[in-house]
Amino acid sequence: MKPEKALIFELSKPGRVAYSLPECDVPEADAASLIPEDLLRSKPAELPEVYEVDVIRHYTELSRRNFGIDNGFYPLGSCTMKYNPKINEDVARFAGFAKIHPYQPEESIQGALEMLYTLQNDLAALTGMDQVTLQPAAGAHGEWTGLMLIRAYHESRGEKRTKVIVPDSSHGTNPASATVAGYDTITIKSNERGMVDLNALRAVVGDDTAALMLTNPSTLGLFEEQIVEIAEIVHEAGGLLYYDGANSNAIMGITRPGDMGFDVVHLNLHKTMSTPHGGGGPGAGPVGVKSLLIPFLPKPIVSKREDGSFYWDYDRPQSIGRVKAFYGNFGILVRAYTYIRTYGPDGLRRVSELAVLNANYMMHRLAPYYEVAYPGLCKHEFVLSGRKLKEYGVRTLDVAKRLLDFGYHPPTIYFPLNVEECIMIEPTETESKETLDGFIDTMIQIAKEAETTPEVVINAPYTTVVKRLDETTAARKPVLNCTCG
Amino acid sequence: MKHRYLPMTDQDQADMLAAVGAETIEDLFADIPKAVRYNGVLPMSKRLGEPELLKHMRSLSDRNADFDRYTSFLGAGLYDHQIPVVLNHVISRSEFYTAYTPYQPEISQGELQAIFEFQSYICELTGMKVANASMYDGSTALAEAAALASGATKRKKIVISRAVHPEAREIVLTSAHGLDLEVVEVGIVNGVTDQAALAAAITEDTAAVLLQSPNFFGCIEDVKSIEPLVHEKKSLLVLSVNPLSLGLLESPGVLGADIVVGDAQPLGIPASLGGPTCGFFAVSEPLMRRIPGRIVGQTVDQDGKRGFVLTLQAREQHIRREKATSNICSNQALLALCASVYMSTLGKAGMQEVALLNVRKSHYAAERASHGSLSLPFSSPFFNEFVVKLPEGTNIKELNSKLLDAGYIGGYDLGVSYPELQGCMLIAVTERRTKEEIDQFIGELEAIV
Repeated sequence: MKPEKALIFELSKPGRVAYSLPECDVPEADAASLIPEDLLRSKPAELPEVYEVDVIRHYTELSRRNFGIDNGFYPLGSCTMKYNPKINEDVARFAGFAKIHPYQPEESIQGALEMLYTLQNDLAALTGMDQVTLQPAAGAHGEWTGLMLIRAYHESRGEKRTKVIVPDSSHGTNPASATVAGYDTITIKSNERGMVDLNALRAVVGDDTAALMLTNPSTLGLFEEQIVEIAEIVHEAGGLLYYDGANSNAIMGITRPGDMGFDVVHLNLHKTMSTPHGGGGPGAGPVGVKSLLIPFLPKPIVSKREDGSFYWDYDRPQSIGRVKAFYGNFGILVRAYTYIRTYGPDGLRRVSELAVLNANYMMHRLAPYYEVAYPGLCKHEFVLSGRKLKEYGVRTLDVAKRLLDFGYHPPTIYFPLNVEECIMIEPTETESKETLDGFIDTMIQIAKEAETTPEVVINAPYTTVVKRLDETTAARKPVLNCTCG
Repeated sequence: MKHRYLPMTDQDQADMLAAVGAETIEDLFADIPKAVRYNGVLPMSKRLGEPELLKHMRSLSDRNADFDRYTSFLGAGLYDHQIPVVLNHVISRSEFYTAYTPYQPEISQGELQAIFEFQSYICELTGMKVANASMYDGSTALAEAAALASGATKRKKIVISRAVHPEAREIVLTSAHGLDLEVVEVGIVNGVTDQAALAAAITEDTAAVLLQSPNFFGCIEDVKSIEPLVHEKKSLLVLSVNPLSLGLLESPGVLGADIVVGDAQPLGIPASLGGPTCGFFAVSEPLMRRIPGRIVGQTVDQDGKRGFVLTLQAREQHIRREKATSNICSNQALLALCASVYMSTLGKAGMQEVALLNVRKSHYAAERASHGSLSLPFSSPFFNEFVVKLPEGTNIKELNSKLLDAGYIGGYDLGVSYPELQGCMLIAVTERRTKEEIDQFIGELEAIV
């Protein structure tokens, strides 16, 4: 096992520097002669004093204590951990993309605007929507934006609708976003097949329904077969349908939210469009809408003039306003556009086909060893239950920790909440049969270990830089930084 | 089709279909009703091979005027600072950028420690007790601060200075509408918040006062005199700050702020047409359990060895769902890392030096812009940005087009968001600008007007 890693603050030695700043070629006046002294810092921030080699070795060592897709298989359900193409990274660093300012004259950023305009249209085509805003910074941000659009729509019609309906398998961000948009949430139970229970839906839908939020395929990896009926029920009551696009990797070119009856959709470009997750961000969560919601979109959007030039279109009097500074996470949008162009429409369809084939293959091979929560066809992901192992005293958490010893990132666990000892697996299309087989064989081995030598599983992991960590104390007696304050 | 990211061979596909008992891939989509199936090819951009794609992206990139080819005096919330060479090398380590949120701490200690160090840096810089793992950007962080303040005080009114970035104010308004909060704006005098108007606006039902310093005009707010006005009414003081300025300016913690937010873009993050950047969010201790977003805490493993985990998760959406303190479930980890590497590189001395360089160069430029046809409408102390008044009738949009022809990205046209400042330009001068560039730019301005 590796020793503890020092904090960068612990490497500090007074007098060392790692920087080289531009020369001061203007008069070297004292700070206090330019800014009143009582506005100046009374004592300097105690930042570390290290030299460049310290910086590089420190962060290189931290990187070695981290696991990314480039390190190995990462079947984290609902997160779509596909390969992050290197060309995306190179392109986003071009000076003409990385070193430009949003307030520059429009004529000096025509290439950027053209890219944004094309991406808006590509995403609209992909989702079957009429217009797209690229402003939201993340999936949850897109959800909130979409709900604010729905709210503006109802308000414009003089209607005060107060409730958003979500299924019990929905992402936690759905109800949380509804709250921030000023809505009460109603959660409806799934039926025994993991689908929306139409009777439960009918029972809660009414003239106070603002929207139903749905992920399709759901977080259980199931396609909601009654989607047409669901849309009818909600629309008849005057509500709108919100599509959480977290699971779009299953359906590109095969079916579109717009054709299913959805009025608003967000996409997670860091999932479906391969822009990296960055260890938790940045991402991008563009929102597409049907024509009835276009007037309310955040401003500006990118439009094209008759002469072929592009401009920021601020002329949107009914807009909900702005949701993000400037124009969204442009650097991420560049990567997503690059990704789309590596495949084109037929390629994206192939991506979804293979993501679904990989998931079904894994589900079939694992079914004899772990209970499949909802047998049948799955889409891009599937859900197992580890409850059979409980009789040996082994829980899903232990299985996940044991996987670490074999060099895998574990699947999503304990989500969705409606499956006991849940294990949610999403392989994505960029993994080979050999990789899938290796993982499956390991899962089978762990199931056998659980039966024969459960303590081996329960005490895992053995090979990581730290063992299981005390999360309870971390929350009860928080140590959240290393400063003396 | 064959594709370099897709490993599936014909044989693999046949074997795998056989294993699942399907004849064709189409069989795997039998659960999707025919009525909603898409038939045909989506009307999207066509596929390009790698060489053609590089060429296409290069041609789009070349049609933008970038900071390498043009000298920028544009700031307004997004700056052209020197980015130390090491930063790109660190954030290009794919162990960092291809990882997800660190849900499995045993194999994510690198990211978790990096975030813990980021939180520590933000606390050191701001003088606050607790910082989170970062936010989408500084402006959305400000809106979250208003939401937090309303929840903590059980009050519904937000007072915000008009000297706060106009886009940040727009976002606060959008978000306030969702939460049914009232937003009251307070005007400006001499480039800073009108204190008399502010005092009058703060009432018993005010949840928070939102200020930015240095504010949108680059001016430094007199927070020392404002703080008592806010706390007298038991409202919370929310300060939005430029982190680079804190190398020199008094820390918000010492000034009595309850919540401190800002954007880490000046700390080594490329401008990228405005995003992605990285917001930060710091609070005083009593507000710790109300903070939005991810937080990393230190703990020990089974052997007593130091380690790091995501913590205080009882606040968050995946546990609390509709009762969560915020809907945020991500952070800007990679850019928080970028800012941390910047602060590691600059260190204690460098952060002071870079802030001082910004002050010296901007003050030199301001002095140069205070004569002849140009004048300075405000006399308040400022950091690295200042307002220049151009002669009556100057059209700044046209002026900026002419400056572009001369190789400059000119300043921000203040008339766009402040009708009373028609004909005024906001000019940013960072450490990257040389005396020669400043002299030539001011000369060019004078020549054009």
